[in-house]
Amino acid sequence: MAVHGPVVKIHPVVLASIADSYERRNEGASRVIGTLLGTVDKHSVEVTNCFSVPHNESEDEVAVDMEFAKNMYELHKKVSPTEVIIGWYATGFDITEHSVLIHEYYSREAVNPIHLTVDTALQSNKMNIRAYISAQMGVPGKTVGVMFTPLTVKYIYYDTERIGVGLLQRTRDAPNRAKGLTSDLCQVGGAATRVQDMLTTVLAYIEEVLSGKVQADNSVGRFLTDLVSKVPKISAEDFESMLNSNINDLLMVTYLANLTQAQIALNEKLVIL
Amino acid sequence: MASRKESMSTPTAPMASTSSGATLDSPVKQIQIEGLVVLKMIKHYQEEGQGTEVVQGVLLGLVVEDRLEITNCFPFPQHTEDDADFDEVQYQMEMMRSLRHVNIDHLHVGWYQSTYYGSFVSRALLDSQFSYQHAIEESVVLIYDPIKTAQGSLSLKAYRLTPKLMEICKEKDFSAEGLKKAMIGFEHMFEEVPIVIKNSHLINVLMWELEEKSTVADKHELLNLSSSNHLEKSLQLLMDRVDDMSQDIVKYNTYSRNLSKQQQQKHQYTQRRQQENAQRQTRGEPPLPEEDISKMFKPPQPPPRMDTLLIAGQINNYCQNVKEFTSQNLGKLFLAEALQGHNS
Repeated sequence: MAVHGPVVKIHPVVLASIADSYERRNEGASRVIGTLLGTVDKHSVEVTNCFSVPHNESEDEVAVDMEFAKNMYELHKKVSPTEVIIGWYATGFDITEHSVLIHEYYSREAVNPIHLTVDTALQSNKMNIRAYISAQMGVPGKTVGVMFTPLTVKYIYYDTERIGVGLLQRTRDAPNRAKGLTSDLCQVGGAATRVQDMLTTVLAYIEEVLSGKVQADNSVGRFLTDLVSKVPKISAEDFESMLNSNINDLLMVTYLANLTQAQIALNEKLVIL
Repeated sequence: MASRKESMSTPTAPMASTSSGATLDSPVKQIQIEGLVVLKMIKHYQEEGQGTEVVQGVLLGLVVEDRLEITNCFPFPQHTEDDADFDEVQYQMEMMRSLRHVNIDHLHVGWYQSTYYGSFVSRALLDSQFSYQHAIEESVVLIYDPIKTAQGSLSLKAYRLTPKLMEICKEKDFSAEGLKKAMIGFEHMFEEVPIVIKNSHLINVLMWELEEKSTVADKHELLNLSSSNHLEKSLQLLMDRVDDMSQDIVKYNTYSRNLSKQQQQKHQYTQRRQQENAQRQTRGEPPLPEEDISKMFKPPQPPPRMDTLLIAGQINNYCQNVKEFTSQNLGKLFLAEALQGHNS
C-alpha cells in the first residue's frame, strides 16, 4: 500500500480543457469525466493532455461511453505517440461510489491510474484540484475495499507555456475580460512597469524595516544584497562603448531592412508598369 | 529536412459546405480566441514540433456578427512518409464527430501553423488558405511563432487572403498581365486581422488558482539583452530570400530582353518583306505570300509572377520582424543604460 504515491505534475492546458468541458456539459449533468493522457516517470506522473468522455450518471447506475474513449485515444495517439492513458478526471468535489466503478475501468487501461478532481462548482470558494491514487484496504480474505489516497499536485510549465499563461492572467484585469496582443516596444514597456512595481514593493518593505515597523528578516536581507550586487560594475567608458556598438548594430540592421523593403517595392512598381 | 517543409500536405478543407445557413458577405473584422486554444497550440509545438518542421492543426469555433470566435482546436499529426495509407480527411471527420459528442463547437473555421523565424509565405500556405477561404468565407490562418514567444511575448498573428488575391487564385491566372490587371502588390496579399484573447469566468478562476500555487518563473526572457543569435538567423534567412529574388529578377530581365529583341526581328522581317514585294511588283513578278509571322517568331514564355510575389511578401515579412526585434532591443539597451547610470 503506497502511502506516498508519485507526484502529479499537471500542465495548465489540461486544467483549462477540463474547465472548458465542464462549461459545455449536457443539460442535467452535474459533472463531467474524461481521460488523462501523459507520461509516467519513476516518481512522478506528468499529465499533458486530456479529453472528455460522454457519460450518463443517475442515482443507481453510471454509463460511460467506452467506445468513444478508445476511439479518441487512438486519434490522439496519432498526433503524440508518446502519450499514454494515465488516469481520469472528474469535476466536482467528492468522490462518489460511481467513481470507484469508473476507476476500475481505467485500471484496465493503465497500470496505476490517477484520479483527478477539479472542483468547478467552487464549493469552498476555491477551485480545489486534487489527485488520488487507489489503494486496496480491508481485511485480507474478506471484502476488500478501495481507498483513494491523496497525492501531491504540482503545476509544471514549459517556458512558452508560462508566457502564454502570463498573458492569459493579464486578461483577467481587462474590463470585458478581453485583451489584444501588444506589439514590440509596448511589451518592453509593460515588462519595465512590472519590474518597477516589484521594486516599489521591495522599497516599501525596506522603509518599514528601517522605521522599525516590521522585524528585519535576515534571509530577505541576503536576497536584497544579492539583488543589488547583480548589477555588474563596469567602468563608464567600457559601458559606453559596448552600448554604442550594440546600438550601431541594431540601427544598421534596421536601415538594411528598410532598404530591402524599399527595393522590393520599387521592383514591383517597375514590373507592373 | 527542407524538402519536407515544402511538400507538407496541409489539412484539407472540409468536404461539406458551410454549416451556417448564410455565408457572410462582410469579412471578419476581429478574432476572439479562448485561452484554451492558445495553450493547446503552445503545447502542440512544444511536444511535437522541435526542429524546423511545422506543426499544423485545425481551428474550431463559430462566427458572431463580424467576429470570428475560436473556441477549440485539435492538432494534426505529422505527415510521415511511411504512412501512405493515412487518410487525413478521415482523421478530421472522426475528430470532429467525436468532439461534437462532447458539445465542442465542430464548425471548421480555419487552421493554424507554426513558423520558423517568420518564414511562412509559401505556395503551400497560399493554396491551402485559398481552399479554406473558398469553402468557408471567414476562415483564417493563425501563425504561431514559437521562437519569438520563447523570447518573452506571445507571437500569434491571424491572416486572410485579400479578396483581390482570391480572385486571382480562382482564375489561376498567374501571368504578369493577370497580376497587373488586379494591381496586386506584395503588401496586398494577406490582410492581418486583430486578435483578442477572451476567457470565461471559470477559466479566470483557474488562473487565480494557478497563480497562487505555482512557483514564480525564474527566467524572465522578455528583458534579456542578448540578441545576436536571433538577429543572425533572421538575417541569414533574409539573405537567402533576397538571393532568390535576384535570380528571379534576372530571369525576368532576360525574358523582357528576349521579347524586345524578338519584336525588333519581327519588325525587320516585315520591312524586308515589304521592300522585296515592292521590288517584285516593279519587276512584274507575283508577290511572295504573306507568311504567318507569329508562327515564325514564337514569343518567349513569360515567367510566372506568382513566385516573385510570394518571395517579395516573404522578404517584407522578414524585414518587419527584424525591425520589430531591433526596436525592442533598442528599448532594452536604453533601460540597461539607465540602470548603469544610477550605479556609476
